[in-house]
Amino acid sequence: MADKKIAANKDKARAAAAKPAALGEDIDLGTYVSSAEEQPYEADPSRLPDKVKQQMLDAGVILDDPSQRAGTFIQMDNAPVHSSIREEGVEVLPVSQALDKYDWLSDYWWRAVAVNTDKYTANVELNQHNGYFIRALPGSKTVYPVQACLYLTKARLAQNVHNIIIAEEDSELHIITGCATASEEEAGLHLGVSEFYIKRGARVTFTMIHNWNPEVAVRPRSAAIVEEDGLFLNNYVLMKPVRSLQTNPTVICEGDNAAARFNSVLVADAGSSLDVGSRVILNGRGTKTEIISRAITTGGYIVARGYVEGNAPDVKGHLECRGLILGEQGVIYAVPELKGTLAGIDLSHEAAVGKIAEEEVEYLMARGLTRDEATATIVRGFLRVDIEGLPPALGAELQRAIETSEQDLM
Amino acid sequence: MSDVALSIEQLAVEVEGREILHNVSLQMKFGETHVLFGPNGSGKTTLLMAIMGFPRYRITRGKIVFQGKDVTGLPPDERARLGIGMSFQRPPVVRGVKTRDMVAACLRGKESEERIGELAERADLTDFLDREINYGFSGGEIKRSELMQLLAQRPALTLIDEPESGVDLVNISLIGELLNTLLEKDCPIPDRKCMGLIITHTGHILDYVNARTGYVMCDGVIGCEGDPHEILATIREKGYEECIACFLRRDKGG
Ligand SMILES: Nc1ncnc2c1ncn2[C@@H]1O[C@H](COP(=O)(O)OP(=O)(O)OP(=O)(O)O)[C@@H](O)[C@H]1O
Ligand SMILES: [Mg+2]
Repeated sequence: MADKKIAANKDKARAAAAKPAALGEDIDLGTYVSSAEEQPYEADPSRLPDKVKQQMLDAGVILDDPSQRAGTFIQMDNAPVHSSIREEGVEVLPVSQALDKYDWLSDYWWRAVAVNTDKYTANVELNQHNGYFIRALPGSKTVYPVQACLYLTKARLAQNVHNIIIAEEDSELHIITGCATASEEEAGLHLGVSEFYIKRGARVTFTMIHNWNPEVAVRPRSAAIVEEDGLFLNNYVLMKPVRSLQTNPTVICEGDNAAARFNSVLVADAGSSLDVGSRVILNGRGTKTEIISRAITTGGYIVARGYVEGNAPDVKGHLECRGLILGEQGVIYAVPELKGTLAGIDLSHEAAVGKIAEEEVEYLMARGLTRDEATATIVRGFLRVDIEGLPPALGAELQRAIETSEQDLM
Repeated sequence: MSDVALSIEQLAVEVEGREILHNVSLQMKFGETHVLFGPNGSGKTTLLMAIMGFPRYRITRGKIVFQGKDVTGLPPDERARLGIGMSFQRPPVVRGVKTRDMVAACLRGKESEERIGELAERADLTDFLDREINYGFSGGEIKRSELMQLLAQRPALTLIDEPESGVDLVNISLIGELLNTLLEKDCPIPDRKCMGLIITHTGHILDYVNARTGYVMCDGVIGCEGDPHEILATIREKGYEECIACFLRRDKGG
């Protein structure tokens, strides 16, 4: 990358190094370490220990039989330990290698996400630990998803990753990313910057499954720019405990008729604090968005945000936020926001927070289900994701991942 | 054992602290179908809900004996498993729960894709199996879906709240057909075991099902019991006012 650009980014990052984030509890970065041991490269990830593979599998990353995957990227702590592709038309590399390979990549670096957004983005720039680069070549259509796993093993590590995803014109790209921790109780911090560039006519589905532990803090910083006729479908599943997670990814539908869809499924148990939003800025004429979030608390605190802004003629946006409070404790705070800056736009939202309706439980009981069975059926229904535009196989996988975690809920 | 399968004895039911049913009694034998008439707000739905066992319909006096067992204190799921089933007038939407899941739940362990498909075909709801239950269903679709679930559940006693209201002529014959399967109309009377208690305003359903007894519910009491066709004719001719007046006359006299 041109030295001048690097220096400018570093300067901005240094200036923002203490800048608190707009939302979420302020994390003291000083209590985390930033370096970890090197991890050996593993050409055959099926040789990773069974326990690791199982944790990755729970986050949607399949290592034993990669035949259903177009490519694989694995990073442990700070080190990429594997990257490979199985289908033509897609590139999967550690982002450091990609930066060496492509001069032009610097044009994408910190373009969708500002380096000085807050101290977390600044920290990622100042102590960068790699990340992935996934690119679909023009016109390429991969059948299977590319999978990426960011795995945290070292106690008290701050993992700083910067990912770049580019879907070139008219390409189709599916990605599953899983994040997991090796330990069930060690503290850690995950700072992940992800920048998505979806070119003209390209379609990207991005499915992220998070399996952290009750001591981990997480601050993803993501943004996407979608060009004319492009589509970005973002699915997010967080059903395992985490101490503190705050994220508010932004999609800018820049080109005419671009579309973005968000689907999130959030579960917070006692001790988990989540602040998860989705923001879509509709700048192109005829752009569309739909944001759907479902949140369940069994004792944790959830802020479920949604924000849609319409700045062009004929845009359409809908926000739906449903929250279910199971048990006596727990808070769900739904914050749906709409902003329209001209006439002729169509933005709407619906939000509902409550406990399971007794009438629904009784309806199922009248069919012979016990109260517990009826409740479980309703919760399962609540969490069901039928995502339009997601390939059926991927939808089934996502549903399976949700169902696995559901069992902990009941 | 007597052949009385359902015996409701001097039942009083309270909803939200207000007594809606007072002293209701009725008896039904195996294989019989009875119909319930009565003006709006007279307590018909309340009676069905109390028989099904919904806690909001609090039984304050009397009892319900089903097939020799006192079920008065049992929750709805236990009553369902004993063989009581209900078609709801306004069933709730359960988001994310598909019609298919409901049918599977009703089949309780005997579910198979084939059986579910077969039932859906009979109720003309094949395209509804993957839709969320009751979400955006029309009035007639709700009725058919309720009956399809009951066909899967196969209760000995079916409680049906206004099967014909809001249903067009083509659908009513389909609903009649489904009801007759549920109530074993094709089975010779002595062998018939299944029973029905049907709320109707129009009586159209009498063209399809073989009802033995009719009741008129007024203000939370059963004011009249008799041949359902005769009762229907009276209501048609003279309205409920006459039924009530007649009942009041008899009540005073008796
Ligand atoms: N949940 C409830 N809360 C308060 N009042 C109720 C409730 N359910 C029923 N009631 C009252 O009880 C009375 C009887 O109602 P019910 O629904 O049993 O009448 P119905 O005979 O089925 O009438 P319709 O022919 O209109 O369906 C009415 O006055 C009604 O308002
Ligand atoms: Mg009624």
